[in-house]
Amino acid sequence: MRSSMKELVGIMVFVALVACVPLVTESGVLLNFVMMALYATLLAQAWNILGGFGGQFSFGHALFFGTGAYIQAIVQLQGGLNAWTALGLAVVGSAGVGVFVGALSFRYGLKGSYFALVTLAFAEVFRILALSVPFTGAGVGLMLPLQESFANMQFGSRKGYIYVVLGFVAAALLVTWWLKNSRFGAYLQAVRDNEDAARAIGVSPFGVKLGAIALSAGFMGAGGAFYVQVFQYIDPSIAYGAHTSVEALVAAIVGGLGTLWGPVLGAVVLHVLADITRNLFGELPGINMVIYGVVLVAIVMFMPRGIGGLRATVQSVWRGLRQKNGGRRG
Amino acid sequence: MVDSLLSIQALSKSFGGLRAVQNVSLEVPKGSLTALIGPNGAGKTTLFALMSGFLTPDSGAVRFDGHDITGRAPHLNARQGMTRTFQIVQPFATQTVRENIAVGAHLHLKDRRSALAQAEEVAARVGLSAQLDKPASDLTVAGRKRLELARALATRPRLLLLDEVLAGLNPQEIAEMIPVVRGIAQGGVTVLMIEHVMQAVMNLAEHVWVLAQGQLIAQGTPGVVTADEKVVEAYLGHGTAARLRAAAQAGAAA
Repeated sequence: MRSSMKELVGIMVFVALVACVPLVTESGVLLNFVMMALYATLLAQAWNILGGFGGQFSFGHALFFGTGAYIQAIVQLQGGLNAWTALGLAVVGSAGVGVFVGALSFRYGLKGSYFALVTLAFAEVFRILALSVPFTGAGVGLMLPLQESFANMQFGSRKGYIYVVLGFVAAALLVTWWLKNSRFGAYLQAVRDNEDAARAIGVSPFGVKLGAIALSAGFMGAGGAFYVQVFQYIDPSIAYGAHTSVEALVAAIVGGLGTLWGPVLGAVVLHVLADITRNLFGELPGINMVIYGVVLVAIVMFMPRGIGGLRATVQSVWRGLRQKNGGRRG
Repeated sequence: MVDSLLSIQALSKSFGGLRAVQNVSLEVPKGSLTALIGPNGAGKTTLFALMSGFLTPDSGAVRFDGHDITGRAPHLNARQGMTRTFQIVQPFATQTVRENIAVGAHLHLKDRRSALAQAEEVAARVGLSAQLDKPASDLTVAGRKRLELARALATRPRLLLLDEVLAGLNPQEIAEMIPVVRGIAQGGVTVLMIEHVMQAVMNLAEHVWVLAQGQLIAQGTPGVVTADEKVVEAYLGHGTAARLRAAAQAGAAA
């Protein structure tokens, strides 16, 4: 079987297995863990599209997350539309913000740390805007009234939410799979690896990067919309604060950039880690961020390809050692 | 007058006070294999960048197949059939040889499988078949040069601009590469190459332009330009031609 088909089957098996979890357990702790891990997976996958496949490291993905969250809340509260319509608008709206920021940055060839800083600055600008304008509820934030129903996308238990977020994760996995098996994906990775070489053989870096940021921002916006549905509350620092940006990029980097399963692995591992530290250190605020930092440094130093690339890293180290020994013998 | 595929007229480009290319005009005939030579820093690579759209000229015009393409973006030029390679090879390092070439093949093939299949055919043409599944970063210099060539070929160019595909290769590798380049030209692709390896230029090129300090100083068949005193002086320094002539006469007299 071709490897791309194997991956497709893998995605189906993964989604089917996770879909079974709510059927076999009633444990609130476990269901909550699965839901939050899937949610973190979604953010990591969203970031991976632009950061992993496109090589454009954004430090401000909260920009798209927050925009999705606010659209989700405002459309329901002020537009009076149902939650599913709001969700569609949230995804499209965040993607639109992505295209706007992307067009500005990529038009002027911003790369690397400059692009990272611009995204960070945009997230900050949006945070301050959200604090100042009335329709976001300013510093007080927005609260969704609790009304459990399918149309409101509010569920009595975590099970309903798990299926919603699993749907997004499945979509993100399929998009990632498509990136690995399509012209657009090949162009995106070519631009990441060497922009000039890509241009010389007919690739428009601007168009390709714009497409990637739209996709990435759309999924991030879905994550924001999902957050609002689960917690029924959003304020400027939750929406546009650095925490979400960091969570998305750390999970993607820890798991393995530009891979299909890396972000899934990274998100799950970090969530397990966060739960453990929370149990060990009580509710020390921010301790999980400290741990994230340490883990990120360790991963970047010792596993440049992330957990998902561990096998490849070990193989290349092993090859290197063997060559060295062979060289000594010869 | 033969049909020219690429024609540049009075092209100039300065970087601050450095006049890298000054008032250069040339015509590349359709179906020819030609070369651009000149000492280091003569402006050859800058001229390539101006032709392919990586740089915009200060003045002058570039015409490709009859259309004015002055300053047009490189990816648009590639779609019209003009592809360049780089002197300093630029592989997509994280990808395999096959994937690298497939990016070029995607210019005409949307489907991933067809592009990967096409990559195999192109690899065979440049002698990379054995390395198809290696990461590009594992290739030797000679291998990377071939990859650079293969990726450009995969776009099915009408005009191929080769920037020193032989630089950094050993004599045996050069001898292996020359037939590859000739094969490409015989396959109907117009080739203009920048080259320092004179053995290759003498061997391959029908027509040679010589660039020195941003100006075109000579052109003609390889035999004509290498005998040209201005060309000799551009490479070896002012007055060299006279000294060489004197030495030759002294040698003949003795």
